[in-house]
Amino acid sequence: MKPPAFDYHAPETLAEAVRVLAETAPHGSVLAGGQSLIPLLNMRLAAPRHVVDITRVPGLDRVGTGTGGVTVGALVRHTDLAADPAAAEAVPLLRQGLRLVAHPVIRNRGTTVGSIAHADPSAEMAAALALLGGEVRVANAAGTRTIAAADLFTGYLETSLERGELITAAFFPAQGPATGSAFAEVARRHGDYAVCGVAALVALDPDLRITGAKAAYLSMGPTPAVLDLTEAVAGLVPAHGPVAPGDSDRYAAAGDLAAARTGPDAAADIHATAEYRTHLARVLTVRALREAGAHAVSRATERAAAGAGRA
Amino acid sequence: MGERMHDIRLSVNGVPHAATVPARRLLSDCLRHDLGLTGTHVGCEHGVCGACTVLVDGRPARSCLMLAVGAEGHELTTVEGLADPGGPLHPVQQAFRECHGLQCGFCTPGFLTLIAAYLEEHPDPTEAEAREAVAGNLCRCTGYTNIVAAVLRAAELRRAGPAAVPEPAVPAEERP
Amino acid sequence: MSTRMFGAPVARTEDERLLRGRGAFLDDLGPGALAAAFVRSPHAHARVVGIDAEDALDVDGLVAVYTHDDLSGPMAEPLPMLIPHPGIIDGRTPYALAKEYVHHVGAAVAMVVATDRYTAEDVAERIRVDYEVLDPVVGIEAAARADVVLHPGMADNVAAHHVQEVGDAPAAIDAAPNVLDLELDIERSACTPIEGRGVRARWDPADARLRVYSSTQTATGVRAAVAAKLGLGLGQVEVVVPDVGGGFGVKIVHPWPEELMVPWAARLLGREITWTEDRREHFVSAAHERAQRQRIRVGFDDSGRLLGLDVAILHDNGAYLPYGVIVPIVTSTQLLGPYKPGAYRVVFTSLYTSTVIVTPYRGAGRPQGVFAMERTMDAIADHLGLDRADVRAANFIRPDEMPYDQGLLFQDGRPLIYDSGDYPAALAAIKKLVDWDGFAAYRERALAEGRRVGIGLACYVEGTGPGPYEGGHVQVETDGTVRVATGLTSQGQGHETVLAQIVADELGIAMSDIVVTTGDTRRMGYSVGTFASRGAVTSGSAVALAARSVREKALRIAGEALEADPADLEIVHGRVRVKGAPATGMDIGTVAVLSNPLRYAFDDASRAATQFAGPADYDRAPVDPDDSPGLESAEYHSPLRCTFAAGMHAAVVETDPETAEIRILRYCVVHDCGRLVNPMIVEGQVHGGVAQGVAGALYERMAYDGSGQLLNASFMDFLIPYSSEVPAVAIDHLETPSPLNPLGVKGAGEAGVIPGSAVLAAAVEDAEGFPITAMPISPSDLFDLRRRFAAGEIAPLRRRAPRVPAQQQPGQERR
Repeated sequence: MKPPAFDYHAPETLAEAVRVLAETAPHGSVLAGGQSLIPLLNMRLAAPRHVVDITRVPGLDRVGTGTGGVTVGALVRHTDLAADPAAAEAVPLLRQGLRLVAHPVIRNRGTTVGSIAHADPSAEMAAALALLGGEVRVANAAGTRTIAAADLFTGYLETSLERGELITAAFFPAQGPATGSAFAEVARRHGDYAVCGVAALVALDPDLRITGAKAAYLSMGPTPAVLDLTEAVAGLVPAHGPVAPGDSDRYAAAGDLAAARTGPDAAADIHATAEYRTHLARVLTVRALREAGAHAVSRATERAAAGAGRA
Repeated sequence: MGERMHDIRLSVNGVPHAATVPARRLLSDCLRHDLGLTGTHVGCEHGVCGACTVLVDGRPARSCLMLAVGAEGHELTTVEGLADPGGPLHPVQQAFRECHGLQCGFCTPGFLTLIAAYLEEHPDPTEAEAREAVAGNLCRCTGYTNIVAAVLRAAELRRAGPAAVPEPAVPAEERP
Repeated sequence: MSTRMFGAPVARTEDERLLRGRGAFLDDLGPGALAAAFVRSPHAHARVVGIDAEDALDVDGLVAVYTHDDLSGPMAEPLPMLIPHPGIIDGRTPYALAKEYVHHVGAAVAMVVATDRYTAEDVAERIRVDYEVLDPVVGIEAAARADVVLHPGMADNVAAHHVQEVGDAPAAIDAAPNVLDLELDIERSACTPIEGRGVRARWDPADARLRVYSSTQTATGVRAAVAAKLGLGLGQVEVVVPDVGGGFGVKIVHPWPEELMVPWAARLLGREITWTEDRREHFVSAAHERAQRQRIRVGFDDSGRLLGLDVAILHDNGAYLPYGVIVPIVTSTQLLGPYKPGAYRVVFTSLYTSTVIVTPYRGAGRPQGVFAMERTMDAIADHLGLDRADVRAANFIRPDEMPYDQGLLFQDGRPLIYDSGDYPAALAAIKKLVDWDGFAAYRERALAEGRRVGIGLACYVEGTGPGPYEGGHVQVETDGTVRVATGLTSQGQGHETVLAQIVADELGIAMSDIVVTTGDTRRMGYSVGTFASRGAVTSGSAVALAARSVREKALRIAGEALEADPADLEIVHGRVRVKGAPATGMDIGTVAVLSNPLRYAFDDASRAATQFAGPADYDRAPVDPDDSPGLESAEYHSPLRCTFAAGMHAAVVETDPETAEIRILRYCVVHDCGRLVNPMIVEGQVHGGVAQGVAGALYERMAYDGSGQLLNASFMDFLIPYSSEVPAVAIDHLETPSPLNPLGVKGAGEAGVIPGSAVLAAAVEDAEGFPITAMPISPSDLFDLRRRFAAGEIAPLRRRAPRVPAQQQPGQERR
């Protein structure tokens, strides 16, 4: 299990990186954290003639948080993104998802953007980008462009990135003060790719009633599917603890909807049947929505309390 | 069809090393076979088992998932660098010995480097935290019970400081 | 007096080097060797039509490529059948490199030698092998149907068939008031040490000697096999076992094809060669275990006592049978556990499939046997509405019935006679440890919280420490260092420590003055190997005997020098001295000097000894006819039969009503391996065994598809548990000494793994309210069972209409 031979490039500017990628396309692979590429090389499942190591390119290792959201540079490692307090405040879903990305040692090297570029439908950060309606910034020989998450993931391990293009950053829109989010997963072992996972985002009105609910699904098809579940749970007031009997029907309906929509794309593998995955999509949708709802209430009331304190 | 070689300089355990390697040389192989630091072991070469864990700028990383050419400019720490060769064991090593945290010893260097770094940031873990801290490395011998115990014991030894006399795990033999 | 080492939780001698990264594992043995890689079959069953290395010849660093055509003499013949048995009908073994046919994915077809492993893999990738693909034989049913026959010249896939009987089981069952039938299924798992296999060899042309390093569980076995295959005298081959990164059974198999090819090529090329197995190779070309189908028919009385037990086992032995039928024999015999079965018949049929070979993995057939018997005990209890522990107690062999003859032949070909044990005491201990009697109340509380919990119990008896023998060599150096050697090998069991503990007590020497060597044919040429939990029993006893012999000689020699009766001497802290007059004595190193009449004063010890040199006795030869120079001794322990360790496990699990995830809340072990040499090490062995038991019950399986491809040949998908999946283990020890060896010990290495699948199946079953008959069980499997149960396809347990929180089912959600 040793990598095949390749030519190694270590560009020191973005322009040089893009130029090398263009010159070597389609035979070049980008190396950042290496946690996805190098296993493929070691197993000789990938044999690029050129490896373009972008870790010496300056400026790609920054997390920028503004009012609009969080911009994550291509060299930002999962560990560093998870440790960034401003990013966690603006987009809590990041930290919620990052703790489920493999194990800490992998997160120490693996990059968030690299995970997105790898486009594994079991990856938390790809699902988060899809759920939040984020985008990636792309550099190419001609300049730069932006690809919306909805247009990025085109198939299993496939993106709409053109040959020779490099993702320089991912942008996650801010969640807003009256929103909450949650990840719910079932994995065979702690740290494994989820057998099924759900990332949920819930928005509340000032009366703490649900006005919007969306969920993204991991391991339920070739790409991270995003469903709008607002219809099923609109108007409910999320709460910590047991759910009122009437509300529980509404959450169950959201679960049913999720199962009906994601089930047809669910596949069987050695870890789970398609039926079990579909069942989990139903169960975890309810769990994630309830948790995201409770999170939204906490955030909204903290915000209100902070506002009252200042007044 | 000769493969292009790269002259690299690596800093390992505070010591500068030079090596000439092809670009595809994994850091794990470079440490072991080019630099002779065979304490770092290789168990799966796809990043799951953690036997090859070393510290890169103080942070645990899988050396089988890094290229040696990519490690230039970083400070690497391997199991050989945890304690001075002639000196006392590092608290984590000492704790593994006291708690019987190793059997065959093959996965052990990966656990030691991992835990040494973990305790730098989490000096006083609970048992549950200790269990989670080691949950990314595989051990096939110990069932982890004594590794978790060793994390807690190492934390205790660190807090006691280098001057503290380690508690013997067994009644000391009488000497004449 | 010295602190007694035997029985103390002594920290390990091995640890210092391993903790500092100074261990020397096979791949650590330094630069200078060429690297080998193997071209392996991508097909489960195929005929090799042609091998073309043309494309590889221009790779820089290529040294050699070998195929079967390059082999001759014994090397061209099939590998040996290690353990013949009358039940074997047609025992097939592989060739070192495939000759015409491949019978599993991963079979070695060609060997590449190159300057390094990267290059060797480049070459292997470029070698084109043309195959005529044949139909595979995957799974026990397909093998039994024999629509496809794997091996040419055979009419079916039956490798072996064996019947053992005590009494007339069918008649006893027919006459019994109660009869049950069970069909059980257990899947494949594997040892999976974190260090794979590895071989390194160096031919010394001047000496005409071969040095082989192998990551093996048997140095002497490898030596004999290599010598025979390469046509060398035994004295020309040295096998040295370096530090070994876990074995668990897979490394007892020998010779592996690679273990022959590497020395063969090293001699041919005159170059040192290393082969270090990678992870993918280990999955597809080492060995697996466990897969069996079991059909059980049992007759019993109204108190649950067995009257007759009839078991038929279909055993998947993989593509070849190099290790014979040890695994199904162990299943057949150890199935009986601590019980008296009444009349018993067991029939096994061992089948060829186009998959990796099946050879012992820690437990070696016992987990399957215990699964069969313990599932049966639970079924009987449920049928009769009795407490599961009470049904077991009703069938126990009582302590006053020991030694107990089960009337069968065991794996070592000797009678299955239990030496000692106290099963009622063990049951009482496990019930207390897990609070068996308090569980009903706990279950009620959990149910009130919407939680679904269950408890299980499983018992086993484990034959350990089989012969034929191991040896111990103990030598006292003139500086007082005591060198101890035994032939068997170590893979983490702490032999260096445990054997030193034994010698320390026997000789009165400090542990720090004892150096133990294992697995080195230069030090001990006669040995069997490390398997069947036999290290402490066989080598422990042998070194104790050798140390006693050295002690006797030391006292005799010192007695002569000190003019004292040896009976009045003692050895304390490495000094032989007169009891009650400790100032009168000499260091044991001085005794070593005196033991050798050729006494040049090379060192301080020799000079110190001169004061004790007595007057010459011209009527005596310097060495008596019945004596020998040197303070050393080699002794062998050859046990009459196995010792029988025993234990009981209990587990409490919680199953998620929605996701079907299974969580172990509590895992308890009562363990009796006779006298404990080092309780810390024994507990470590139990912990590790339990982890592998949990793994085999809930996580690990080898997933072959219909074409014979192993779908999960990586640590990504073969789910070895992390610390997050393995429970804490509560252990209680009983010590029922064995009468069969001088130390009273029994084996401890495998015990922890044995009842894992049985106890967890019982606990999950208890939580769910319907029978669990196949292991391992994943959440997806449990979900599927729940659906079938809800659909009425699975009958509920009788003991309680399941009062469990309603579970969500597709189409019948809780509203």
